[in-house]
Amino acid sequence: MAENPAVPPVLNADPRLKVVDRAMKRLRYQPDALIEVLHTAQEAFGYLSRELLAYVASQLKLPESQVFGVATFYHSFTLRPKGEHSCIVCTGTACYVKGAGEIVTRLEQAVGVRAGQTTADGKLSLGTARCLGNCSLAPMLTIDDVVYGPETPDSAVEKLRSLVEVTDELG
Amino acid sequence: MNWVELVELAESVVARQQVCRLRLLVCCGTPCMAAGAEAVVVALKEKLAELGDPADLELVSTGCQGPCSRGPLLTVQRPGQPELIWQKTTPELALAIVEAALQQEPLPEQDRLPEDWPFFTRQTRLVLANSGRIDPESLEQYIGLGGYDSLAQVLIDMAPDEVCSGVVRSGLRGRGGGGYPTGLKWQLVHKENGPRKFVVANGDEGDPGAYMDRSLMESDPHRILEGMAIAGYAVGAEQGYIYVRGEYPLAAQRLRNAIKDAEKAGLLGSRVLDSSFSFRIDIRIGAGAFVCGEETALLASIMGKRGQPRIRPPYPAEAGLWDCPTLINNVETFGNIPSIFKIGPEAFSAIGHGKSRGTKVFALCGEVVNNGLIEVPMGISLREIVFDIGGGLANGAAFKAAQTGGPSGGCISAGQLDTPVDYENLQALGSIMGSGGLIVMGQQSCMVDVARFFMEFCLDESCGKCVPCRTGTVEIYRLLSRICNGSATNRDLQHLEQLCRMMKDTSLCGLGAAAPNPVLSTLRWFRHEYEAHVEERRCPAGVCSMHELPVHLLGEQLLQRIAASRSDGEGF
Repeated sequence: MAENPAVPPVLNADPRLKVVDRAMKRLRYQPDALIEVLHTAQEAFGYLSRELLAYVASQLKLPESQVFGVATFYHSFTLRPKGEHSCIVCTGTACYVKGAGEIVTRLEQAVGVRAGQTTADGKLSLGTARCLGNCSLAPMLTIDDVVYGPETPDSAVEKLRSLVEVTDELG
Repeated sequence: MNWVELVELAESVVARQQVCRLRLLVCCGTPCMAAGAEAVVVALKEKLAELGDPADLELVSTGCQGPCSRGPLLTVQRPGQPELIWQKTTPELALAIVEAALQQEPLPEQDRLPEDWPFFTRQTRLVLANSGRIDPESLEQYIGLGGYDSLAQVLIDMAPDEVCSGVVRSGLRGRGGGGYPTGLKWQLVHKENGPRKFVVANGDEGDPGAYMDRSLMESDPHRILEGMAIAGYAVGAEQGYIYVRGEYPLAAQRLRNAIKDAEKAGLLGSRVLDSSFSFRIDIRIGAGAFVCGEETALLASIMGKRGQPRIRPPYPAEAGLWDCPTLINNVETFGNIPSIFKIGPEAFSAIGHGKSRGTKVFALCGEVVNNGLIEVPMGISLREIVFDIGGGLANGAAFKAAQTGGPSGGCISAGQLDTPVDYENLQALGSIMGSGGLIVMGQQSCMVDVARFFMEFCLDESCGKCVPCRTGTVEIYRLLSRICNGSATNRDLQHLEQLCRMMKDTSLCGLGAAAPNPVLSTLRWFRHEYEAHVEERRCPAGVCSMHELPVHLLGEQLLQRIAASRSDGEGF
């Protein structure tokens, strides 16, 4: 690939950038395609760094502020690196009335971070979601996109044991 | 493909299925997969391979069959015999069923759902007619059940304005919650002049506790495409978009495959069914913003912008995508369209109640025995839904409330169980039909806490554009939190009501205007619970901690403490 002056030095020669370039090319560098491009970029890099956002902005000929605005508006986009594994507890209505809150509290306690954060060793991101649409499995959670449910606080902690170091309630 | 070829293909698919002596339909919806449906499919596949994959035995991985809490589900079809369904199927049970069926022996009764089970018999399935009966990845199977026939019929026999008036006569109203007459919307877009027009399907199902749209997109994607193509022909659009919620990757994948297959077969793309009508559909993936369910916000999001709503008018029918006339309907609304032209607008409008015609799909969840996806005629009572179809509450617990319409809806109390479910009646009760989430709650749910849960949701999801919603959600949430922690006074309760009304009247879009509904409806039907929290500092359901004191009691408590220290002998 020819040297592109718009590529910031941090990203230069990063093979993952090719995936993003290909997506932009496929979408004919249309500014409307910004959300599609950001989806692709996040899939490739795991998160959206400021350099990456600036690069996308320059390629789609959009103001950087607009790209940053879109990236921060939508919950799916993250500007910080995520953990190796992810555990998302559904806190939709059905899960909530069936005790999702207790599961979140227990998991927060077990892995030592609050929901929305990543453990210090970068192994696990714990998150919550506003309904994943599996209400008949309430309360449910996903670990690396695999659906589990119905769960209890104990069964949820057990599922994380193989991924990350957990602290037991009494320990 | 033209109409004749379509009909021929449909006939050949039906003929092939009729000679099958055994058809096994395994539900591969997400809940059934989580319960182990894959192992059942693998076991059955191996068994069929062992038998040499005979042409008269068919295994189908279907979409959602309905009673999701009882998965994995297995439906068995045999010619001339009633269809039978097993719940909680294990690979062993599935193999035993196949063995018995092949030997012409009676099938195992263990875990078989009764044939007259009200969960199924009380439903009327139009939108969900194919869900759980076909492989969602197979265009052929959709065509076998009459798929794309409505589109062909419309393209050949009807002029675009006739299609619009057909939808008007059917009485169909928007299934995303608003209930605007669909036919009128189509006529508006049809009458607009524009260089280009667009059709948009709203699949941004954000209500917590609702999954009808996900299930429909995953189980019967072609139905939505067909409905959109009919809409495109009726209003004069050549381009459609489906906006799929980002949390539903499987739905997006299924739709993508369906579009590809339909284009290959000449059912979408240029010159649909050899007519002069061309229609393309593209997918847009959401990125996790509840407000994008609002139509103007959704359109902004399709155009790559922040999903913030704007003031209407102009309505999207006049100025939508790129300021062109745009028809925007919910995916379930589009799912109704093929049925309307299959059975005829009059037959469709014969189903239903009052001004609400046809059926509605609900996701029945919460403390009810039979969780799952149901489709019922409009006008059915809530009691029938909860107790007949849902089988009542788990462990025979007492019913307390049903929540419809998610964060824009409200809670309905036991006294209103016999109200017929339709747009007008639910609104009169302070709730809304909404997209179709129906959560049943028992006595252990605190209604103030539930209202607080929804307000927290709206607080998170408010886009921040207008002040009433941006600050109103924060303020109402704070007041509800005070009621839940015991520090609220009667004035807070008045303040809460006032603020809810103000927010309802002044918010820019539907999110803000409807956000106070859960609070107002619980205040209306469960006021005694609010009063118990405030006046008696007690949570009747035992959910709230009530650990704080209201301001006017703080002084009193201080005096008590001083008095206590005095009596300890510390003296004056």
